[in-house]
Amino acid sequence: MNTKSINRLVDATKLAMIVLVACLLVSVIILLVSEQPGVAISSFFLGPFSSLRRIGNILEGAIPLIFTALAVTLIFRAGQFSMISEGAFFIGIMGAMIVGIAMPLPPGLHPLVALLVAGVFGACAAAVPALLKLKWQVSEVVTSIMLNYVIQFFVIYMVNYHFREPEASSLASLKIAESASLPGLVPGTRVHLGLIIALLFSVATWFFVFRMRAGFKIRLVGDNAQFSHYVGIKAPAVMVMAQIIAGAVAGIGGGVEFLGMYTRFKWTASPGYGWAGIAVALLARRNPMLVPLSALFIAYLNVGSGIMARSSDVSSEIVLIIQGVIMLMIAADALLQNWRQRLIVQNATA
Amino acid sequence: MGVFEHILSFQFVAMWLRVATPLIFTSMGAVICEKSGVVNLGLEGIMLSSALAGVMGSAFSGSLFVGVLTGMAMGLALSAVFAYFHLVLKANAVLCGTAINTFAGGFTVFMLEVTTGEKGNSSSLKSLAFGSWDIPVLKDIPFIGDLLSGHNVLTYMAFLMVGIIWYLLYKTPLGLRIRAVGENEDAINSVGISVKRVRFIAIMICGVMASFGGMYLSMGYLNMFVRDMVAGRGFISLAANAMGQATPIGTMLSALVFAFFDGLSNILQLLKIPSEFVQMLPYAATIAGLVAYSIQKTHSTRKKHGLVRV
Amino acid sequence: MEHSALRMENITKVYPNGVVANRDIVFDVNRGEIHALSGENGAGKTTLMKILFGEEKPTGGTISIDGKEVRIHSPQDALELGIGMVHQHFMLVPSLTVAENIILGIEMRKGLGIDYPKAEQLVAEVGNKYHMYLDPKAKVKDLSVGQKQKLEILKVLIRGAKILILDEPTAVLTPQETEELFAELKHLRTQGFTIIFISHKLAEVRELCDRITIIRRGESKGVFSLDGITDEEISQRMVGRDVQLSVTRTAAKRGDVLLSVEHLTVSEEGGKPLVDNLAFALHAGEILGVAGVEGNGQSQLVDAITGLAPYDNGSILFNGKPIRHNHVKDIRESGVGHIPEDRMTLGIASGLSVTENLIADKTGWDSLFNRFGMLDANRISSFSEEMIKEHTILCQDGSVSIASLSGGNIQKVVLARELSSEPKLIVANQPTRGVDVGATEFIRKQLVALRDKGCAVLLVSSDLNELFGLSDRLLVMYGGKFAACFTDPSLIDEQTLGRYMLGLERQDDDEIARSAR
Repeated sequence: MNTKSINRLVDATKLAMIVLVACLLVSVIILLVSEQPGVAISSFFLGPFSSLRRIGNILEGAIPLIFTALAVTLIFRAGQFSMISEGAFFIGIMGAMIVGIAMPLPPGLHPLVALLVAGVFGACAAAVPALLKLKWQVSEVVTSIMLNYVIQFFVIYMVNYHFREPEASSLASLKIAESASLPGLVPGTRVHLGLIIALLFSVATWFFVFRMRAGFKIRLVGDNAQFSHYVGIKAPAVMVMAQIIAGAVAGIGGGVEFLGMYTRFKWTASPGYGWAGIAVALLARRNPMLVPLSALFIAYLNVGSGIMARSSDVSSEIVLIIQGVIMLMIAADALLQNWRQRLIVQNATA
Repeated sequence: MGVFEHILSFQFVAMWLRVATPLIFTSMGAVICEKSGVVNLGLEGIMLSSALAGVMGSAFSGSLFVGVLTGMAMGLALSAVFAYFHLVLKANAVLCGTAINTFAGGFTVFMLEVTTGEKGNSSSLKSLAFGSWDIPVLKDIPFIGDLLSGHNVLTYMAFLMVGIIWYLLYKTPLGLRIRAVGENEDAINSVGISVKRVRFIAIMICGVMASFGGMYLSMGYLNMFVRDMVAGRGFISLAANAMGQATPIGTMLSALVFAFFDGLSNILQLLKIPSEFVQMLPYAATIAGLVAYSIQKTHSTRKKHGLVRV
Repeated sequence: MEHSALRMENITKVYPNGVVANRDIVFDVNRGEIHALSGENGAGKTTLMKILFGEEKPTGGTISIDGKEVRIHSPQDALELGIGMVHQHFMLVPSLTVAENIILGIEMRKGLGIDYPKAEQLVAEVGNKYHMYLDPKAKVKDLSVGQKQKLEILKVLIRGAKILILDEPTAVLTPQETEELFAELKHLRTQGFTIIFISHKLAEVRELCDRITIIRRGESKGVFSLDGITDEEISQRMVGRDVQLSVTRTAAKRGDVLLSVEHLTVSEEGGKPLVDNLAFALHAGEILGVAGVEGNGQSQLVDAITGLAPYDNGSILFNGKPIRHNHVKDIRESGVGHIPEDRMTLGIASGLSVTENLIADKTGWDSLFNRFGMLDANRISSFSEEMIKEHTILCQDGSVSIASLSGGNIQKVVLARELSSEPKLIVANQPTRGVDVGATEFIRKQLVALRDKGCAVLLVSSDLNELFGLSDRLLVMYGGKFAACFTDPSLIDEQTLGRYMLGLERQDDDEIARSAR
């Protein structure tokens, strides 16, 4: 065994351990609070597989997570901690909505342009914290989180004052043109073309990060910004580039989600895919190719908790609890470090 | 009354201080953490969880004191988790903090639903709250009395905390160690003190501060817990800390500035501005404040050099 | 009279990346002696001392103090046992005062707060007792290097240390400050303290120490009384063969001026010039050494020439073109390479592979990328293989993480990267610091080879052997200015150089101006 395969073994074990702990935690919580633990547990773990429609729910739920996780991956790989994927996603929705409602276009072109606009909006959103950091060294962490709130209220304002459906009782936008919607993929489910787009984006992102010059620069800057400057890379520009691309991906994700799943804008608050995307990205070890798998897992947990909430007395918020725990465990670099150390020592002294 | 006249009224000052209270508490916690070299992004989640814990503690025990203890205990527990994962298991602080926030968002609603059956707020619980304090003698002095007396007990405590944190940092052994750890870990190691232990204490103190910030929201500002009621104030406190350069006085002043805009948004509701823009104001103001501060900092370092740099 | 104050028995230490730093070492020190611990860089001396001071845990072995076996889990334990360590890199808090740094952790209290008057009194008392005087209210960031070291020693003495470990203490001192330190240490010896002196500077060891323990490749090669062993015998045990203390090289063939520096000034924020109106020229085919105690402007000079930091006045011309701050890419493309002082923070991307580090400065090279900006995997891997072979970099292959390599091999990667971009000028800043003897030899040979090919080398080093061995001309920096320029370094000796380094002597300005160009 050499050091590389030791690391692979330990990392895989860590992942398995985290998934196991997550499942155990869910079960323990259910047992503690539920009067019908059996129903709750089985609906949580098995429910998502119980029908084609529900399996479809997992797939369709994974789609937005893939996009935001890819965005987060790019940002983290550049060594930045902008949390803007949430806001970029939401403003992307708005972009797609505007094109879908106000810009009549022929069927193939309509969603394409809508997604493009969504991407541009997302990129602009991400550019703000990135440029503020570039110009005046303002920490992107807080500005991005604040901007998420600003975007949330702005988008709702736009829907409320400019695109509102007058006959609806609660907040809803006008209906988008049929030509803008993304076609379905699997009959009997709501899985839409966005899934293919998401998978394509995963491959493209992996390729970009590991096989392209620009992606290599991002990795250099993310690993050691000082070093990247010393070898002649304009680190600040690369950091901004990575964030803007990430914003575009998240924005497109918002557009895809909207055009694939809805005909009207009905959100009253930002849906939270950006934050969940962080957990997905971490679970995928910031590897774009693993993001779809990781997104499926988180989506599975989401669907399970929803089914459980509807058929038992345990509320769906349990999934956020699990997400938090998963994030903590993945971020814990020192987990299993002793075991790793012992294996390496054995290897060295053998 | 026009907006301007509104601002110059005692009611506005009172509201300003009300809004500032949670920010001052939490940002004092941020100061301690920052001085020890830890970025505590989880303040948001700690505030939220303590807000619920305090409400539940006081409702189920019938005692405000027990409620406070419960709230503090929650703050300490979450801080301990943050500290353990960040210091011992070497997890990145930003990720730890985000994890805590995500956890708290789910945990609070979950517990709320388990105990009350509701998911929106805790109005069905008979929780207690901190009252206001009409300072004897002072309250009768015209103008000064209206200005300084009659605020919530926790508001006075928040300002007191500024002084206490200042004394702690600059006059006590613990404060000396905290400042040393934040500046040069090796120095602390070389004298045989555990860096982890000092940071752990700093994080715990921060947790207590943040828990009071949260408890004030649900047991002072309002009289109940509402889901997601912290609404970014934990992050605004971090911004205040950044703008105040991690000094107690500077941070308090920054918190007051941000609170001003938050309070202003309440008044602006009167004007015919769409409510969404009004709601946006505190967050936009925070960004503007941070940017203004950073611009000023960049310019002053440039000015100090004087000479033209090639 | 011989009484074992400290005995480390069968100490073994294996690091997480597999490196065996210490293997079965026996280390025995008597009370009241000054005991040298010597070995080349990376031999394992520092690791052994970190174990003694509780900063590392041994994988195996025992430690006994005064005959009793002890367990040292932390620096706190070590201090309680009377062991105090003065590190190579100072462990002080710059914005706090001398008094605050000294009482850190043992603060005297008045009520809830710190009793500052008492602390200041303490500093005065110990200053008198051990002949090391410091102003308690001075901020550490305002102290000189020698004063900071005194502070470090006082710190451990106050905490009751009876066994002092000094890790390469003279690395940052001038010859005169070193003499002062030795006087203080000898004074401490008379007072019954035990001192472990880690150093590979044999002249100093002979002057100061009673016995010497030699470490090589993680193993102990024996303990000897310094009266009974010669320098050759010591260096043989340290490296296993006669150390070539000088590199053979032919006379330089100086060519045209490649780098021309005029009126160069770099100022600090307070206005104090760190580089003060320097002027010199570097020719093709020569190695220009820069001597000087650290902190006299060398780093600022290097950063200005490599474009990493701005300069306030003057001009730097490379091949006639000006060198500008932050135009690192242009500077590199015009043919300037840089071996940085701190390779771990500036010289490598520690999370990436050897190959990726080798091509990190070549992201602009079209030969390694295809039309669409894609990495050309074949070309890159064959380039990497070639580099690894040519520079004898010890690793499985280019895809391993660079962090798993030893310090010397990492430096070889840095060198390989810089040299493979075919520079016309190499700025080498402490190129062999922390590097084992084999790699050191290799690197020095490479620098000479470069110079023979017509390249220009600016060699900044605090290793006087290296400077004397490699430099064709030798500049001395003091206080941001040149104190001297020697056109034939073989004509002066170490002591003389030391006087210039401390500013006790200065050449005439005109002479410097002439020689420096």
